[in-house]
Amino acid sequence: MTVDWAAFTPWSALAGGVLIGLAAALFILLNGRVAGISGIVGGLLAPQRGDVGWRLAFIAGMVGAPLVWLATTSLPEIRIEAGYPMLILAGLVVGISTRYGAGCTSGHGVCGISRLSPRSLLATVAFMATGFATVFVIRHVIGG
Amino acid sequence: MRTLLSAFVVGLIFGVGLLVSGMANPQKVLGFLDLAGAWDPSLALVMVGAIGAAFIAFRVAAGRRESLLGEPMRLPARADIDGRLLFGALGFGVGWGMAGFCPGPAVVALGAGEAKALVFVASMVAGMGVFELIERKRRA
Repeated sequence: MTVDWAAFTPWSALAGGVLIGLAAALFILLNGRVAGISGIVGGLLAPQRGDVGWRLAFIAGMVGAPLVWLATTSLPEIRIEAGYPMLILAGLVVGISTRYGAGCTSGHGVCGISRLSPRSLLATVAFMATGFATVFVIRHVIGG
Repeated sequence: MRTLLSAFVVGLIFGVGLLVSGMANPQKVLGFLDLAGAWDPSLALVMVGAIGAAFIAFRVAAGRRESLLGEPMRLPARADIDGRLLFGALGFGVGWGMAGFCPGPAVVALGAGEAKALVFVASMVAGMGVFELIERKRRA
């Protein structure tokens, strides 16, 4: 393993992480809910009375974040190298899996680990492991 | 109304956090997931920062029955490990590694006007729809 020190951005990573954690903290304390993005989006597909508005409001905030950002400065780089067929497949897999797994990087990785939930600890180890393995296969087995 | 406003503001902070951290950039995410290549450890620090900032709040929340806005405290209560959780988490990692997108960053990148993020989010929502259909059939 070689560390790419030129790409390493410890301060912005920490600062952004603190903002994400602050958002999760505010959401549980104010709204009494876990800020898990796959659950918030997925819940819209089985809509229940009084359970739709807050989901849409949260998603609107996330979609609006780059726009608020743009009002002050130019956006950071967003580079998406995957082609369209790969993005479609990845999206489908992420959609189905996060619903079966009841969470993603935010719900399990941030909120669940903060709660010391054994389910979330296991889920985070599992998706990190297959994430590492998948990138290894794509970049070094197929691509290499 | 107050809960809608707070959901919006929290979504906004969350989105800005993803942009600041670099997680909204799939290239950066893949740099973290590529252990065998030139590894970028940054995202480990995103997790450290996020968990550090949220940890106390979840301790406080666990001791309350109502949120500060008077909503019921909805903390997940399950502690059992089952096959669905494991299957879902393993599958999610595969999808995450394929494009470098997980749900939150994809939604933010969509807001940034990225056409590829729109395709990913549309497919993700379709995948969630597939889950709902399978579950409804299973329960019927």
